Amino acid sequence: MALEAVHMPAADATSAAPRAPRPVTTEGPLVKWLLTAVALAFLAFFLFLPLVAVFAEAFRNGLDAYFAALVEPDALAAIRLTLIVAAISVPLNLVFGLAAAWAIAKHDFKGKSLLLTLIDLPFSVSPVIAGLVFVLLFGAQGYFQPLVAWTGLKIVFAIPGIVLATVFVTLPFVARELIPLMQEQGTGDEEAAVSLGANGWQTFWRVTLPNVKWALLYGVLLCNARAMGEFGAVSVISGKIRGFTNTMPLQIEILYNEYAFSAAFAVSTLLAGLAFVTLGIKAVLEARYAGDIAATGRGRH
Amino acid sequence: MDISVRHLAKEFDGFRALNDVSLDIRSGELIALLGPSGSGKTTLLRLIAGLEFPSGGTIRFGQEDASAKSVQERNVGFVFQHYALFKHMSVADNIGFGLSVRPRGTRPSRAEIRRRAEELLELVQLPGLGQRYPAQLSGGQRQRVALARALAIEPRVLLLDEPFGALDAKVRRELRRWLRELHDRTGHTTVFVTHDQDEALELADRVVVMSQGRIEQVGSAADIHDRPASPFVFSFVGSSNILPVEVRGGEIAYRGTVLGRTPDADGPRSLFVRPYDLELVPDGAPGIGGTVSLARRSGGSRIIEIDTPEDGRIELELPADAPGSVGDRIAVRPRRWHLFEAAAGARVTGG
Repeated sequence: MALEAVHMPAADATSAAPRAPRPVTTEGPLVKWLLTAVALAFLAFFLFLPLVAVFAEAFRNGLDAYFAALVEPDALAAIRLTLIVAAISVPLNLVFGLAAAWAIAKHDFKGKSLLLTLIDLPFSVSPVIAGLVFVLLFGAQGYFQPLVAWTGLKIVFAIPGIVLATVFVTLPFVARELIPLMQEQGTGDEEAAVSLGANGWQTFWRVTLPNVKWALLYGVLLCNARAMGEFGAVSVISGKIRGFTNTMPLQIEILYNEYAFSAAFAVSTLLAGLAFVTLGIKAVLEARYAGDIAATGRGRH
Repeated sequence: MDISVRHLAKEFDGFRALNDVSLDIRSGELIALLGPSGSGKTTLLRLIAGLEFPSGGTIRFGQEDASAKSVQERNVGFVFQHYALFKHMSVADNIGFGLSVRPRGTRPSRAEIRRRAEELLELVQLPGLGQRYPAQLSGGQRQRVALARALAIEPRVLLLDEPFGALDAKVRRELRRWLRELHDRTGHTTVFVTHDQDEALELADRVVVMSQGRIEQVGSAADIHDRPASPFVFSFVGSSNILPVEVRGGEIAYRGTVLGRTPDADGPRSLFVRPYDLELVPDGAPGIGGTVSLARRSGGSRIIEIDTPEDGRIELELPADAPGSVGDRIAVRPRRWHLFEAAAGARVTGG
């Protein structure tokens, strides 16, 4: 009886309303249609059209020309260099990002807000300046020139310099992805782990890391995409020595300046492809582990 | 395991969360730390666990000084307010975690850990749920898993922070009874923190009432109820009315009306009385007079508020058939009461 009494008014209310009720937070069909159209047009013009252009240009002279452009020795060298640089700088930033996020989110210390601001610095500084800074430090007239001369290690116009510039530019990605999540999670799980007898190392590997693995992976993906695509900082410090210190973005620019359009676009398709792969992996992970991701707090961001 | 806390103090950035606290917890006892938020009860619990370190004082586990030991070395079972279950691990892995992180020499085999987890699930009445994940459990079930996980390491003492805080009223009552049974069966020395006086008084062997970083009183539920040590304790464990009275020659006088007798010395006092310890007096008899300003039914009794001319409202809890409706003039008299120093009473009414 009590149950019926509760349900009756609700039934009345729906039968009294002639139109299909609409949730209060949605708009009428016209507004909905307009907003969607604006968003789609915007995306089409700024994202889709350029991408289509890249692929159209790349294949303009046919598949053979496309592959020839990719296996050309200088292009291959650029691809190799890009992969090497990413393979060094991404793990470095993974470790740094984890350490910084852990320190900021789980501990209180003097200079915490300064560290937070510094982590953001690469986002706010032009990449060109990032490159110049390292030239200034390690170049022929640089502050560390004696050290460079003493060790005989070539930094500017060589792989170490490119790695330094790339690490600088991509430094915020992992840390920025982790800090809000780790702050939200707090230290409750870690306290539980240590109260059960786990040492710091076990707590990190078995509790802290699994709690942030999706955010970490996403941060690494973004970091990698940027590491491979970075142009400004690398162009200053690499010296653009064809076949030696040219990364893919630099190689593309050189090809373009030499009017080798289809070759430039052919290499571009690789970078564009990288973006697709990054997004694809992210989409697959999110679809497959949606529950886990929501459970660890990622879904709320 | 006996726990003895001596002159314990804890400061956070200049704020004294705990101030010279001494307490003896007996082996096998179920003890409650009761107090409002900010009273230092959770700080005391975390200090015993080793999740915080004291600014001063000592904590002994039995004969051994635990003050400087790490949380891992203390071997305590801690159940967190929001359970802090590991979301990415199954229930069985959660429960087995404490065993699986032991050093190689003392770590049980995988099969043994699994068996222990199943045993503990049986103990907390969740058999067969080992393969579930925390997100798939209800609040009450998570609470039990958290308890099983804490018990898995065979702790010397079980510490629970607001164990029922996040549960709805019905589940809370069930779990309360269940925890008491579990305690009687396993005999762990157990300390739990709560702000709910009913929970503390109903569940614990002894209750430690705390306020502003100090212990106000330690005693059984009957002690706390019948012999409150301070106005704070009286006010915190139930509703109360506070009246200014004068003691003269063994008589308690409220604005000229004698309410009863006391062996206390002469002087001003605050009289603390529970709503259900007030009774109506017949017309013309001496009492505290006032006009009924509110009358409502609550369960098996009537709650009546009367406005007194000088001392504001007084709340009464009378039998359901008691007379009196809004606007009536009635007089009441306390059957039982507690007298405290007048100044102390003022502090309580002020706060």
